[in-house]
Amino acid sequence: MQRHFDEELQALKLQLMKMSALAEAMISEAVKALMDRDPSRVQTVYEREKEVNHLQVVIDEMCLTLIALHQPAAGDLRFILGAAKTNSDLERLADLAVNIVDEAKELMEQPPLKPFGILPRMAILARTMVRDSLHAFVNREPGKAREVLLRDDELDQLKRDVTAELTDYMSRDPSAVSRGLALVLVARNLERVGDHATNIAENTIFVVEGRDVRHHGG
Amino acid sequence: MDCAITVRDLDLYYGTFQALKKVPLDVMRHRITALIGPSGCGKSTLLRTLNRMNDLVPGVRIQGQILLEGRDIYAADMDVCALRKRVGMVFQRPNPFPLSIRDNVTFGLRVAGQTDRDVQDEVVEQSLKGAWLWDQLKDQLNRSALELPMDQQQRLCVARVLAVEPEVILMDEPCSALDPIATARIEELMLDLKTRYTIVIVTHNMQQAARISDYSGYMLLGDMVEFGATSGVFTSPKDKRTQDYVSGRYG
Repeated sequence: MQRHFDEELQALKLQLMKMSALAEAMISEAVKALMDRDPSRVQTVYEREKEVNHLQVVIDEMCLTLIALHQPAAGDLRFILGAAKTNSDLERLADLAVNIVDEAKELMEQPPLKPFGILPRMAILARTMVRDSLHAFVNREPGKAREVLLRDDELDQLKRDVTAELTDYMSRDPSAVSRGLALVLVARNLERVGDHATNIAENTIFVVEGRDVRHHGG
Repeated sequence: MDCAITVRDLDLYYGTFQALKKVPLDVMRHRITALIGPSGCGKSTLLRTLNRMNDLVPGVRIQGQILLEGRDIYAADMDVCALRKRVGMVFQRPNPFPLSIRDNVTFGLRVAGQTDRDVQDEVVEQSLKGAWLWDQLKDQLNRSALELPMDQQQRLCVARVLAVEPEVILMDEPCSALDPIATARIEELMLDLKTRYTIVIVTHNMQQAARISDYSGYMLLGDMVEFGATSGVFTSPKDKRTQDYVSGRYG
């Protein structure tokens, strides 16, 4: 029997997909704004953040109402809880994109520091993790989610490398300190992007398999 | 407001006992309105005032106003039979007549003098389809309705109501005699029916009210404590008594 409840779950999924697409695009735009020194992309990120904030409220309201009115169980319950948690991660991802373009904007007003070194690799990895974790969540693919989890250590290592590289650079050229610090902050934001992608991947495994793999469990 | 039924300041007395106290209610057209509350709160009494079923109870006295599409149903010139055709009712226990499936559905038509077989056949088909019974029963229309399982009997009672083309369907605990699967089927049926009919349901089952209704009224000791969109009543009720009831703390 097709349930009316299924239509409401589908509506929730559609809103999440919309928000996922926005958050993913924001991370992508933020990285491009930084690398290409492109102010138009900065503006795009700011505008999309408003949409994400609005969707966050809408999705939370949907989750609350679905739980209160339908007493969901098993897979339905896990999906709604997973959706609520992913909703928070998506909103945080959007905030991180804003943080990155804030730094990018500052950097655009100064001469380029030097070729970015390994920061672009870090940005690409973080962006891919976001894309893959959202793909896994939306399409219920725990295998893909597990691949994302494996990449988080690599991202953390890259962040340490970027920081070491920039620290070394700044110690040799004090005039580069403010720009160097801005890039350290970008690296830190990218590392957090990876953390949220990891959360979404863990949520995916919980929703699909009912297994809690956080903190190396499951 | 898109109201099918408007109740204002309704007082109802059984002899000296006051069962309803200045009750208000707005029943929105093509929506499901649920009345919830503990036993004896007045919810079934209120439901039965909406098509004047309480007229049949001796010693009942009513004050206040009930408007159906703007007309006072307690007005002196109101045709009560016509009213009950417009506002049909499904009861707690399935109550098919001891007749064939077909004759159950056409009962109201025959009472109204409709004898044309083709018209009757069309009504039987449409009504059984409306109650999700046609596919299962179309080849056994002459079978006794009493042989059907409980949930089919209950849906047959829905079909019998649909046959007279009502505007409003009142349901008094329609699932209390049914198992969870049959209950789910009736609930889905109600969600389907609301696209064409206005539904008011009385239920002891709070979760049922939450699942299917658009508006909920919480009643206690004859008072309408809180009325509003079901999503609001079940996520952020305004009255402490509603909060206690919907969260299972009542009593």
